Amino acid sequence: MMPLSGDPPRSKILTVAVLVIVTALALAPFLFPGSKPLNVAAKICIFIALAASYDLLLGYTGVVSFAHTMFYGIGSYGIAIALHGMGASWGALALGLVIALPLAALLALIIGLFSLRVQTIFFAMITLAVASAFLVLASQLSWLTGGEDGRSFNLPDLLLSRTVFGNLFGTRITGNTLLYYVIFVGCALLFLLLLRVVNSPFGRVLQAIRENPFRAEALGYRTVIHRTLANCIAAAVAASAGALNATWLRYTGPDTSLSFAIMLDILLIVVIGGMGTMWGAIIGATLFILAQNYLQALMGVVSTSASDAGLPILPQLFHPDRWLLWLGILFIASVYFFPTGIVGKLRGAK
Amino acid sequence: MSALLTLSGVETHIAQYHILHGVDLAVAQGQTTMLLGRNGAGKTTTLRTIMGLWRASKGEIVLGGERIEALRTPDIARAGIGYVPETMAVFSDLTVKENLVLAARDGAMDDTRLEWIFGFFPPLKKFWLSRAGTLSGGQKQMLSFARAFIEERKLLLIDEPTKGLAPAIIGALVECLKEVKRRGATILLVEQNFRVAQEIGDSVGVMDNGRVVHSGTMAALAADEALQHKLLGLSLDTHQ
Amino acid sequence: MSATDNAASPGAALPKVRADYLPLLLPLLLAVAAYPFIPSTSTWVTLTIAGLAMGMMIFVMASGLTLIFGLMDVLNFGHGAFIAIGAYMAVLVLVPLSGWMQADSLWLNLAAIVPAVLLAVGVTGALGLAFERIVIAPVYGQHLKQILITMGGMIVAEELLKAFFGPQQISLPLPASWRGSFLIGEAAVEKYRVVATLVGLAVYVTMLLILNRTKIGLLIRAGVENTEMVEALGYRITRLFVGVFMVGSALAGLGGVMWGLYREQVNAAMGGELIVLVFIVVIIGGLGSVTGCFIGALLVALLTNYAGFLVPKVSLIADIMLMVAILLWRPRGLYPVTSR
Repeated sequence: MMPLSGDPPRSKILTVAVLVIVTALALAPFLFPGSKPLNVAAKICIFIALAASYDLLLGYTGVVSFAHTMFYGIGSYGIAIALHGMGASWGALALGLVIALPLAALLALIIGLFSLRVQTIFFAMITLAVASAFLVLASQLSWLTGGEDGRSFNLPDLLLSRTVFGNLFGTRITGNTLLYYVIFVGCALLFLLLLRVVNSPFGRVLQAIRENPFRAEALGYRTVIHRTLANCIAAAVAASAGALNATWLRYTGPDTSLSFAIMLDILLIVVIGGMGTMWGAIIGATLFILAQNYLQALMGVVSTSASDAGLPILPQLFHPDRWLLWLGILFIASVYFFPTGIVGKLRGAK
Repeated sequence: MSALLTLSGVETHIAQYHILHGVDLAVAQGQTTMLLGRNGAGKTTTLRTIMGLWRASKGEIVLGGERIEALRTPDIARAGIGYVPETMAVFSDLTVKENLVLAARDGAMDDTRLEWIFGFFPPLKKFWLSRAGTLSGGQKQMLSFARAFIEERKLLLIDEPTKGLAPAIIGALVECLKEVKRRGATILLVEQNFRVAQEIGDSVGVMDNGRVVHSGTMAALAADEALQHKLLGLSLDTHQ
Repeated sequence: MSATDNAASPGAALPKVRADYLPLLLPLLLAVAAYPFIPSTSTWVTLTIAGLAMGMMIFVMASGLTLIFGLMDVLNFGHGAFIAIGAYMAVLVLVPLSGWMQADSLWLNLAAIVPAVLLAVGVTGALGLAFERIVIAPVYGQHLKQILITMGGMIVAEELLKAFFGPQQISLPLPASWRGSFLIGEAAVEKYRVVATLVGLAVYVTMLLILNRTKIGLLIRAGVENTEMVEALGYRITRLFVGVFMVGSALAGLGGVMWGLYREQVNAAMGGELIVLVFIVVIIGGLGSVTGCFIGALLVALLTNYAGFLVPKVSLIADIMLMVAILLWRPRGLYPVTSR
């Protein structure tokens, strides 16, 4: 079990689910023709990586941070600014990554060190304030970030759909397909990296700190250093996910990378999927993105039939725009009734 | 002499730590029972468990015929216990007066009693309207004592009152305790200072590893140096 | 009884006078420091008064939160929901009564406003009670779950508001008698800002009176410091929690009404937008300190106005830098009260 770092799903149903998801994602261009399904698949890959990085913070280190989207945004904007400014080249891609990732880690370091001086209770609130400020900054520095409109850019030819490589199993393989596999492999590597981190001695110390910070300190572990390092790793992975996201969309804007909605999405995914499991990110992200894209249509049907039937308030409650309402209720329910998330439930009911 | 407070087989777990492994203790009415033992033996945990600040996972605690181990702290306090914690826990933002007003619960403070307290602890009168946070360590301990004595209580639980204090203060506290004893109070006192323990203790219980390993009279323990050494790792000459 | 009462400091009998008045001066210092940067005195006066008014409104919203956290050790990330709900309750009353609101008579205006405020405060107080008993009580002492659950509550509340009232913003015009401005010299001072300042001061003074002159206030102040000891003295302080939570939520509702009128519109997202400022204020002030909250609110509001005038839209960053600066000076806020 080397690639999985000795941390397998540990539940038959979960293993099957993960296999199905991973296979579907791996073969997406062939199984689901059309641009929308491929978009959904790419988004799932990216959110798996992003949610897993947040699980490292929330589930393994026990740190609640609302600034995670900030790191995601740094990765996205790094790519966007580089490619916009320098044109569609591999050098620009590389430069974007080389600047964005260390920047994200550095910011995480600063935040982590600052939390040394303040009560941990403040930390969640401070990250909320910092993330809000960052959002304002991104929309105000329009000369750099494109402001509210964001930045569009192009990719090297090899990754564009107009580059055709041929046919395979009846599906056209284009640069876009190649790009999809870059995303898929990249996110898979990020996930496996995180799995490695949480199963290393470092990861075990993190869990000890989460369980009982005082005891960990007494045993000689400098909890702030471990927490900060976890923060940095999580930030770097989030930034990588952001970079991949920007590359896929060929666009970055405040709404696709920094909005608080994304922060909530990740939070929901990790909690519902299962905090402190890593596999929860896979299950949660898949369910969430699928719901986001296809459930809303379902809600729309319910809503219109309710309003056709003349029922009060139900049309508004089931309006597709209100899908966050139901997710919020599911979120609250899952914190109360299955705090270990879907993965925890599956593992418990072996 | 009947026991006012009895603990039988009391066990306490804190998170995953098993601190009390079955404590059996009897505190006789009108007597002062000392609870001695090395650091970490479980003395403070025992007092906190009696007060309900930590829930006993097993065993019985009976106060004046009533079982209290399942009650919540405010109700245990109202059953007639005055508590002086190890940390003193005076309310720094409140004045000395306000601290005592709170301690007097629903009634007004009895003036005679207040004068009696001022007699032992003059600084409390001097700093009556000052915020308790401005008091020195010894004065805070006086305030903590005063809170427990402001009204008559069936039982007094006192946790290491002399720790870190100068001899003069310790003297004042001991005098106060002696007077309270003379008035017939029942006291359970945790104390590391063996000399103080000797001066006011009638009975003694020695704890080790979450159990009471010895109980008997203070006089007997004071006379038996070998026993002292065995139980407490000290002899009369080498105590604090 | 000798004068030496502590082995560590012989002869130290006099208590140190903890005259911690420096934080009280901070808003004044800020206003004075900003003066050279503002082009004209009348603009400075306008900005300062706007800052005072805004500060009062934020204080009203934040004071409940700081007490709730200080006393109950409950992190309510859903506090913003009560702000928005309060504002929407006012809308329920004021929109149908807009005739009274626009009439030129102060009494008619008040006849509309008073029920609106009562409804807002009543509903948010009642919801606070329900929220505390149903949502929060099961997770006492578990900060992580509290943050998550209250955050979830906030999301659900916002979506429900959008479902019931529609997602678009609703306008809430000021009553006729509070419209317009006075002139102080050359500076225009909006009437409503004066009203808001008076209301805020009234809330502050009332809170101080209750906290310092009543037994309940005594219990709250003691409980903020050390809940355990208060229980050990025989008080069932958990019963007080519910009351404090209700009052805190009701205050948020009042703040929401005030803010809605200030901006002359309400929208479902206003709670989430304001909560960031509220958190900054609570952190700056020190958890559990009403006076710290008051000063923090003034500082944040003044800075937001001055910075907003000088470099628009980055006022939030200025506020955060203020928070960082204060935390570097006093890591637990201006007046740390809790023993945690």
